[in-house]
Amino acid sequence: MEMIKVRDVVTSFGSTVIHDGLNLTINQGEIYGILGESGSGKTLLLKEMIMLHKPTSGNITILGEDLTTIRYQDAQYLRRQWGILFQFGALFTSLTVAENVELQLKEYTNIDKKMREKIVKSKISMVGLPVRAGGLYPSELSGGMIKRAALARALAMDPKLLFLDEPTSGLDPIGARNFDTLIVELKELLGITVVMITHDLDSIYSIIDRFSVLADKHVVAEGSLSSVLESDHPFVERFFKNDYAKKRLNRSELSV
Amino acid sequence: MNSSYLKLNEYKDHIIISSMGEWTLYNISTIERTLQKIYDKGIQKKIIWDFSNVDEFDSSGVLLMISFYNKFQKDHTVELVGYTEAQERMYRLLLKYQVEESIPKRADGLIYRFGKSVVSSYDLFLKFFDFSGYMLIAFFRYFRYPRNIRIKEIIHYMERSGASALLIIALTSFLVGMVISYQSAVELAKFGADMFIVDLAGISITRELAPLITAIVVAGRSGSAYTAQIGAMKITEEISAMRTMGFDPYYFLILPRMIALMISLPLLIFFADIVGILGSMFAAGMELNISYMQFLDRLQEVLDIKHFWIGIVKGPFFAILIVMIGCFRGLQVTDDTESIGYQTTASVVNSIFFVIACDALFSIILTIWDI
Repeated sequence: MEMIKVRDVVTSFGSTVIHDGLNLTINQGEIYGILGESGSGKTLLLKEMIMLHKPTSGNITILGEDLTTIRYQDAQYLRRQWGILFQFGALFTSLTVAENVELQLKEYTNIDKKMREKIVKSKISMVGLPVRAGGLYPSELSGGMIKRAALARALAMDPKLLFLDEPTSGLDPIGARNFDTLIVELKELLGITVVMITHDLDSIYSIIDRFSVLADKHVVAEGSLSSVLESDHPFVERFFKNDYAKKRLNRSELSV
Repeated sequence: MNSSYLKLNEYKDHIIISSMGEWTLYNISTIERTLQKIYDKGIQKKIIWDFSNVDEFDSSGVLLMISFYNKFQKDHTVELVGYTEAQERMYRLLLKYQVEESIPKRADGLIYRFGKSVVSSYDLFLKFFDFSGYMLIAFFRYFRYPRNIRIKEIIHYMERSGASALLIIALTSFLVGMVISYQSAVELAKFGADMFIVDLAGISITRELAPLITAIVVAGRSGSAYTAQIGAMKITEEISAMRTMGFDPYYFLILPRMIALMISLPLLIFFADIVGILGSMFAAGMELNISYMQFLDRLQEVLDIKHFWIGIVKGPFFAILIVMIGCFRGLQVTDDTESIGYQTTASVVNSIFFVIACDALFSIILTIWDI
């Protein structure tokens, strides 16, 4: 089933064109990556998917709702069905980690306090944080813990769809691999569809099912790793066909 | 005991609890109440819990199931049937991450909060001394090595906090001057002392009102901006970056602002003097029919130049207070977004208070010196 359809999306600011007719499709239950040079509009595309920015023209359909014609109430309902991990966490600084995770549960459901705490605790420990971290404020957390806490908040409402903006950036290599494993585990156990922006070669090689490459204002390649590697676009050549990337690929094949 | 989520069927030696519908976040509290009722009834037989009719199960539903499964399990055997593979996987996942430890609470008691605020006020007081000391040293060193002085920056800040404040200061001081003469005109007319309006307005505006109004407007306008700018730079770690590159924030951020305001505040006061007197002249003309020429003649006669100078001299002192408090508050900003708002408010409130307190000090000292 198609979760997200992006059709002929054009984005421009004045005379600067960022996207010139993007097309991509994300299926249910897959981990989908969006890759591209800096400035190619990856984050902008993500923002358009989560209704933070309107494309100049074209359609984006998520869970069957067309975002260009969606009504306010439907949009609010749709927003509860996805979770978003922002690049720098974007935790609310005046609330503790537990309060951050609890916020949507408190606002949108009538679950009582005891049960809420149970849910919050399970989400916090699911992302690999100790439960006592729930009592800390974001300013008291390290970078890796902020990412995990933000993931716990994104998972609070049991979303069907999870958007991750560079989830492994700023983490140490071991932390980044653990984070990858966590994402795969959550996808398999909770049946979540994951859309992630990433530059991390290891993530691309090991956890991503399909991905698209943004370059020159277009999607220049889309599909699994092997089908993208067949493309001869200069960016794909540059990104995947250098010595470093080849070495990485060999190593991850060995470990698989 | 039956609802749209649960159905109870009693048999001779066992009970079947059938779960149905959507066991998701939005229905959990209803389901929990029904389950609690079933539990309270006290079942004495073996329980078979059937999940084959559940349409949707999310993690909160599974958590609820686990907690009641454990409760039922204490008294009798419970058999779970009819769950799908996906539900079982979720169950295993949640079981794996179930923890007994509770989340620490961050609510502090009244006495603790009171003590904390006393200690932090004392701490702030010490920090301000520390800051003032640094400022003093930086100030002297600044003039010992004049090539440190950044003329371009100073002129930029003079424009930002001085020139662009002209309009609002003109407006406020004109109104205040007008209101002062308007109000006193009625009283003075009763005694036939019409002409004394010039003495009253001239002295009170140049000596007290113009400096105070100007300083208060500038504290609200520029003092808050200093706090917000420096606070934002602290959050984005620009200040740390400057320090590591050897750019002392006292030289680069605070002193240019201070020098600029020390020059521009007296100029603004001078401007406010003129506009304020203009306002009172206007009101005197309307209310008491004192012509502008008469007003100016009388002003030349009675307004001792010392009153004007006292007003102007207050300028640099007020400027030092406003910049020091604004920048100090900016440097106190911590990593969270709330603190920037808190510090900006505190900066404006503090600087207005200290400007007025400093003005009172001037009054006392000048009275003692008989000026």
